[in-house]
Amino acid sequence: MSGAKKTSRKSGTPRGNGRPWTFYALAGFFTLYVIALYGPMFSIYLLSFQDLKGGLVFPMRGFSLHWFEELFMQTRTGDFSGSFRRSIGLAVLVTLFTVVFSFTAGLAFRKRFWGDTAVFYLMIASLVAPGLVLGIGIGIGFNLLGFQTSWYTSALGAQLSWTLPFGILVMFAVMSVFNSDWEEAARDLGATRWQTTRLIVLPILAPGLVAVALFGFTLSYDEFARTLQTAGPLNTLPLEIWSMTLNVTSPALYALGTVSTIVSFFVIGGSLYLITRIRRKRAASTAAGE
Amino acid sequence: MNTGKGHIELAGIGKSYDDGASFAVQGINLKIPDGSYCCFLGPSGCGKSTILRMIAGHEDPTEGKILIGGENVVGLAPVERRTAMMFQSYALFPHLSVRDNIAFALRVRGLSVKDRNAKADEMIEKVHLGEFANRLPGQLSGGQQQRVALARAAITEPRVLLLDEPLSALDEHLRIQMRAELRRMQKDLGITFIHVTHTQMEAIALSDIVVVMDKGHIRQAGSARDIYSAPRDRYVAEFIGGQNVLSGRISDIDKGTARLGGDTFGQIVVPLPEGHRKSKGEKLDIAIRRDDVDLRPVAAQPDLPPSATSIVGRVQAIEYQGNYVKVQIDAAENDDFVSFMPERKFYEAGLTVGDAVLAVWDIQHTQLLA
Repeated sequence: MSGAKKTSRKSGTPRGNGRPWTFYALAGFFTLYVIALYGPMFSIYLLSFQDLKGGLVFPMRGFSLHWFEELFMQTRTGDFSGSFRRSIGLAVLVTLFTVVFSFTAGLAFRKRFWGDTAVFYLMIASLVAPGLVLGIGIGIGFNLLGFQTSWYTSALGAQLSWTLPFGILVMFAVMSVFNSDWEEAARDLGATRWQTTRLIVLPILAPGLVAVALFGFTLSYDEFARTLQTAGPLNTLPLEIWSMTLNVTSPALYALGTVSTIVSFFVIGGSLYLITRIRRKRAASTAAGE
Repeated sequence: MNTGKGHIELAGIGKSYDDGASFAVQGINLKIPDGSYCCFLGPSGCGKSTILRMIAGHEDPTEGKILIGGENVVGLAPVERRTAMMFQSYALFPHLSVRDNIAFALRVRGLSVKDRNAKADEMIEKVHLGEFANRLPGQLSGGQQQRVALARAAITEPRVLLLDEPLSALDEHLRIQMRAELRRMQKDLGITFIHVTHTQMEAIALSDIVVVMDKGHIRQAGSARDIYSAPRDRYVAEFIGGQNVLSGRISDIDKGTARLGGDTFGQIVVPLPEGHRKSKGEKLDIAIRRDDVDLRPVAAQPDLPPSATSIVGRVQAIEYQGNYVKVQIDAAENDDFVSFMPERKFYEAGLTVGDAVLAVWDIQHTQLLA
C-alpha cells in the first residue's frame, strides 16, 4: 500500500499531499493585508490607554484610563459627549426611516407600477452621486430657502439619500426568497391584511429587516461626506473627530477612536445576536418535538 | 337541481384583460355536484388555474356568476365562500411549526391558544403527522408537506377544497401514493374537491368529473370514462391519449354505416348514429382506442367477420411497456397509429419492425369526432 502511494506521488501529482506554492503566496499576502488593516487601528486603541505623559506616537508612556476621563469631562478636547449623543440619535432616526421605507418599498417593487424604473434609477443615482457634492447642495439649498441646517433635518435627509437606496437594495435581495403565495394563503385562511403583515410577512422577513437596520445604523454612524455641510452648528461624532485631528494633539483623540469602535461592535454584535435569536426561536419549537 | 352546500355552478364566467382585448377564460358553463371530485385538465396556459382562483376568490371574473350552494359568491372573500385552497407550492408558513400552520385559520379567527391547539392536534392526527407537530415545514418531506397543506386547508371546514396542481412537486412514486390519499381524504371529508392538473392519468384516476380545457374554453366535461372512451373532438382525443385519430372522406353511406377513405389507409367502415346528417364526400375524423386495435397477419383479411374493419400497415416501432407492448404502424399521415397489444399476444404473434400487418378493430368501437 505505502509503496504504491510513494510511486504515485513521484509520478502523478508532485504536490498532491503538500500545499502548492500559491497557497503560501496568498497566505503571505493575506497576512500583510490583515496587518495593514488592523495594525494602525490596534496601535490607536493601545495608545489611548497611556497616562498623563502620553503622546501621539509609540513608545507607550504609562498605562491608565486618563484620556477616557478627559474625553468625557472635558471641553478642551471638544464636545465629545454631545456629538456622540447626536450621532447615536441621528443613527437611530436614520435606521427607523430606512427600515420602514425599505420594507414598504421592497413589498411595492414586487409588482410593476407606473414610473417604477424611473424611481429605481433615481435611487441608484443618489447612491452613485458624490456625497460631498450632494451634502454641499443640500446645505446651500437650506440656506437659500432660509432654513437653518441641523443634524436632525438637513443631515438626516442627506444621510437618507445614502442609506435608503442601500436598504432597498438589501431588501430586494431579501424579497427574492419571499413567496407571495404565503400572503395569498393567509388571506385564503381568513387573515386580514394587517394580520397577514403582522403574523406572516414581518416574521418571515425579520432577519432581513435586522440586516437593513444594521446597514442603516452603521452607514449613518460614521457618515462624513454628506453630513459635513448639512449638520449645522452642532457636530456629529465623525465631524467632531475630524475637527479634533486638526487641533487636539493628545491621546484623547485615540480614546475617542476606541470608544466609537466599541459602540460599533456593540451594535453589530447586538444585531447578530438578534438574528440568531430569531433563528433559534424557530428551531427551538423543533427541538421540543423530539 | 342539486343545491347541496358544496354544489358549484359556473354560469357564463369569463376573465378578460385590457377591456376585453385578451382573455384567460371565456364562456365557462359548468355544474359540479356537491361532494364530487372534479379535475380541470389542460396544458399550461389553458385557463384552468384562473378558473380555480376565481372559485377560490383570489381573482374576480369579468363576467358571469359563480354559484356555490345556490348563492352567487362573486366579490366575497374566501372565508365567506367557505372555500379553501391548497397551493401548488403548498405555501406553508416557513416560520411556523406544523401545529401553528394548521392552527393559523383559527388563530386569525380569535380562538384561544388552548382551543386552537386542541383542534389542530385533532387534525394532525387525522393526517398522521402526530410526531411532526413541532417541526418546521422545511424539515418535512414533500409528501408530509402536502399533508400539512391539506390539513391547514381542511381545518376551516370548507364546503369546497381547491387544489392547484397538488401533486406536481412530488416524484412519480409518491405522486401515485398521494393521489390515492387525496381521494380517500375527499371521501372522508365528504366535500367537493376541485383539482387542477395537466396530467391526464391523474385526472382520470381521481375524478368523478373531468373537465378538459383548451385556450380558455371547456372542450369536454364528463366522467373519466366518457372522456377517455368517448372523446368529443380531435383535441380531447389527442390530449387524453390512448386513441388513434384518423381523418378521411366519406366515400359511401349504407344504412347505419359509412365507408371512409384516407390518404394513408384504404377503405374502412365506420358506424353512423341514427339521424346523422353526414353525406358523401364529407370530411370525417374518427378515433379508435389503441387497446381496441388488434394486429394480425395480412393474409387473415378475407377471414375477418363483417363486424370488423381493418387497415394495412407496416410496423414502425415497438416499445415494451411491461403488461402490454406499444406497436406503431405507418397508417396515419401525421399522427401515430398505435396498437396496445397484450404482452403475451405480442410474443405469440412474433412481430418485428418492418413487418406488414393488418390492424383490425370492431366497427362499433369507433368514436366519431366533432
